[in-house]
Amino acid sequence: MKWLFAGLAALCISIGAGAQEALAPDVLVRNVTSEVLDIVRKDKDIQSGSTRKAIDLVEAKVLPHFNFARMTQLAVARDWRQASPTQQKALTDEFRTLLVRTYSKALTEYRNQTIDFKPLKAQPADTDVRVRTEIKQSGAKAIELDYSLEKTAAGWKVYDIEVAGVSLVTNYRTSFANEVRDGGIDGLIKTLQAKNQSGEKK
Amino acid sequence: MQRENENESEAGNPLNRRLRILAVALAAAGMLGGCATSGNPKDPIEGFNRAMFAFNEGLDTVVIKPVSSAYDYVLPSPVKTGVANFFANIGDVFIAVNNLLQGKVPEAASDAGRFLVNTTIGLLGVLDVASDMGLEKHSEDFGQTFGRWGVGSGAYVVVPFFGPRTVRDTVGLILDVKTDPVGYVDHIPTRNTLYALRVVSDRAAMLPADKVIEEAALDKYSYIRDGYLQRRRNLIHDGNPPREQDAALEEDRKVAAGETMRPAGPLAAAR
Repeated sequence: MKWLFAGLAALCISIGAGAQEALAPDVLVRNVTSEVLDIVRKDKDIQSGSTRKAIDLVEAKVLPHFNFARMTQLAVARDWRQASPTQQKALTDEFRTLLVRTYSKALTEYRNQTIDFKPLKAQPADTDVRVRTEIKQSGAKAIELDYSLEKTAAGWKVYDIEVAGVSLVTNYRTSFANEVRDGGIDGLIKTLQAKNQSGEKK
Repeated sequence: MQRENENESEAGNPLNRRLRILAVALAAAGMLGGCATSGNPKDPIEGFNRAMFAFNEGLDTVVIKPVSSAYDYVLPSPVKTGVANFFANIGDVFIAVNNLLQGKVPEAASDAGRFLVNTTIGLLGVLDVASDMGLEKHSEDFGQTFGRWGVGSGAYVVVPFFGPRTVRDTVGLILDVKTDPVGYVDHIPTRNTLYALRVVSDRAAMLPADKVIEEAALDKYSYIRDGYLQRRRNLIHDGNPPREQDAALEEDRKVAAGETMRPAGPLAAAR
């Protein structure tokens, strides 16, 4: 009987994974957003600014849908080629931490704003799409929050987020390039590490 | 007699004084531009800008932020929303004019409609009834109008009191201030109260963003500068900037990923 159980469990897992892959990018973004915001709405700690708890939430629910390696490449841009594989991995790890912290901080500032999901403008064959959403706010133009996703073997992965037209990824390009110019790739890694450590202490 | 009165009211208006300071600062910036060196072509007067940025940050830390935080803490949300809506409604007149100047007639009509609905049914703009009716709020100003007309942005400038701009947007700002409906309020104490209240209300709305920027930025100055430049480009194109930048990104990615069309997993990318 045991083998049957194991077989069924394996089947369930593979179906689960398959279903995840099959999700259209806009459906994926909508599901993850709703799930995460539902949790934030009920969690008094996150609302009162507990970044630690928000980070745990982001790591569990959001992080699996992000392609941090590509995000880091986009931010480091031309200098990426001169980084060794070890340096590339260090850059990706540090940048991931920084982005997760930033994203989590933004979640602690969430106050029941309504989010509108715009209809997806894409062809079924597209492998690179932009999912547009809007955060409604009173007394001002809605804030656009756009996700760029690419299709991978493991499903759709987010590789860029734009807030009001400002990419959270490419906005780092100039400062990253300056760091590399002044201290090389290792200089950039050190700066990122220092930034993440100072964030940890707060 | 007539002349004297005019001069008096000019001097008594803090905004006119500010504009004069602005003009002096810009002239100074222009001179500094000759000698200051910076690697960034978009920010040739970075030295001057960083100094102005520090000045604005200091002013914010000492005066504007504490007052806005108190305002944010003390007042109930509906009141803050009402105040924000009131100023947003005044802004709609001016947004309509700018949309018209950009030839976006349906948008201009919608803005005018917003103003009519919100001023009447929305009790002088305190309630944003128009948004509930589906009339979307826009964001326009003279800087965007010039951009739409094809005027290049010029160098990045941090303007004292007003913050990040480009040369084009600074000229736009002068017109923005000149045509600001609040500036036409004759009763000076009322006018100044409105100016102050608007600054506080706008700043209070920015408080959450503050914390996120602190968390995100390696260097706050360049994070805000690059964000501002991206944001303006996006606004001028009403949320759909040309994809040229994306093409450059794509190129970088292909090179970085070793010309692969297959999706790179975290490990594949590190190899």
